[in-house]
Amino acid sequence: MATTLSAARAGTTPVASPAIDVQELNKVYPEKTQALKDLRFQVESGTVFGLLGPNGAGKSTAVKILTTLSTPDAGRALVCGIDVVRQPFNVRRLIGYVAQMSGVDPDASGLENLMLQGQLYGMPGNDLKRRVAELLDSFNLTEAGGRLVKTYSGGMKRKLDVAMGIVHRPRVLFLDEPTTGLDPEARAEMWQEIERLAHEGMTILLTTHYLDEADHLAQRVAIIDRGQVVVEGTPEQLKHELHGDTIQIELEHEPHRDLREILTVRSEVREVAVDGRMVRARVENGATALPVIMSTLENAGIVIKSVTVARPSLDDVYFRYSGKSFARAQEEGSR
Amino acid sequence: MTSTLKATMHITARRLRFLMRQPFYLAMTLVQPLIWLLLFGQLFKRITEMPGFTTGSYITYLTPGVVVMTALFSSGWSGMALVTDMERGIMNRLLVLPVRRVALIAGSVIYEAIVVLIQALIIIGLGLALGARFPGGVLSLAALVGCTMLIGAAFASFSNAVALHVRQGESVIALVTFLQLPLTFLSTTFMAQSLMPHWIQLVARFNPVNWAVIVGRQSLSSQVDWSFVALHVGYLIVLALACAWFSVNAFRAYQRSI
Repeated sequence: MATTLSAARAGTTPVASPAIDVQELNKVYPEKTQALKDLRFQVESGTVFGLLGPNGAGKSTAVKILTTLSTPDAGRALVCGIDVVRQPFNVRRLIGYVAQMSGVDPDASGLENLMLQGQLYGMPGNDLKRRVAELLDSFNLTEAGGRLVKTYSGGMKRKLDVAMGIVHRPRVLFLDEPTTGLDPEARAEMWQEIERLAHEGMTILLTTHYLDEADHLAQRVAIIDRGQVVVEGTPEQLKHELHGDTIQIELEHEPHRDLREILTVRSEVREVAVDGRMVRARVENGATALPVIMSTLENAGIVIKSVTVARPSLDDVYFRYSGKSFARAQEEGSR
Repeated sequence: MTSTLKATMHITARRLRFLMRQPFYLAMTLVQPLIWLLLFGQLFKRITEMPGFTTGSYITYLTPGVVVMTALFSSGWSGMALVTDMERGIMNRLLVLPVRRVALIAGSVIYEAIVVLIQALIIIGLGLALGARFPGGVLSLAALVGCTMLIGAAFASFSNAVALHVRQGESVIALVTFLQLPLTFLSTTFMAQSLMPHWIQLVARFNPVNWAVIVGRQSLSSQVDWSFVALHVGYLIVLALACAWFSVNAFRAYQRSI
């Protein structure tokens, strides 16, 4: 049933029209940085889609175009079948947008923020009042509702942001890094909220640079790097592609020899990637491969600092397709 | 259309709620014009002894001028609220709502016009208390207040347009203050027209601030020239609409920068 990557590439139309259809979007910023390069993906109606990538990968740019805030230089994007460039006003009625940067008014109360948002969506008074009360309740903000937002904690503010994004019951919700900057507790609570919305059948496009977040919340994930999708699938599919275990080795010094050559001669080792002092080996069985790898490295005179064996994570997927660790890409992106 | 009007009203209400929460700011907004009136009224008190003034009472002469000047000074800051909204991410949220851009501008401009209206009434009240007399009557004062709201609306729109183009508080302040005093002094706000240098008289004829002031001065005469009033009200309406158009279009520049 799922739109497969190959089907999307071949340009075949899926049976049900997707809630979001991104077709070869390109965007170049005036400083000549190419933010999006032939970006394409589709989001099936009623699913959570994770757009995963480090800072500067183009996630926010994509969301800004899809929410009609920005325009692409080339390409086309449809939300609920409506062209975001040609009919932005009609798209705006159907979507909710929770930007990376909070958009709540700190000088108004939570209640006033929600009421104004609903009023601007043209919601009738009684329906709006009921809806606002319901949202304050479900986001545990009823007590704080009358207080000015500038007195809220980061987590409360973020919850209000999301509540404002869904006050009009949008068909498609864009959540741009909803948990960035939240403490673990607030983050867990936000995950619950997002799961609940997904359960209600809302289509959600979630961007995140937390791999575990995409893994946990999204049915499908696209990893995006330098403005293009490098790989797409369900989190399970992506991890399954890397079946077996991942052995992560931290070396004492950066190796001056090509470790891939040394390690891949061993039949137990399927793939090796090296990034600075970090080595990642994909193996069939971690428990049996570990002694072999360690002795091979020792024989080559390479000093190991630490070793971990893990089931593959999306981090490994990212590592495999982009050739660098997520943490390093993150650092580069923020520079 | 009705949804745009409703959205405008809600945007205006948001600004008014904010104003009511800032008692100090509110007090300053209302006290500032009183200071203009008292200060300039005292400073230039004897100026009406010169030939060229149609009235012997400088406070009478000055009151309409200060009404207009106050509008210029308070509505010029309108763009700052937009810059604050931009910095807080509120602007981007508003721009993805199904709300016409014109409602965002109109909402803020109508708010400024309401503030200007309240200030104007207070200044006229104080002027009367200090002995100013307006033989033109209530209607002529209404024309003064109306023109003041129009010039306030025009300048607020202009300030919003600048804010959307430069997206930076300092630049808005710089440009607005650059214009406020020259526009005030190149008009008959403080000085009778016949006493101004010839070139200033020429410039003043094209200065919108002066249009509002000379309409206001009609209230000093017992025979108000209503066609003169109507003509200048017309000019000010055209100006206010042009400024509004300019600022609604400025959203494009802002969105290109996102």
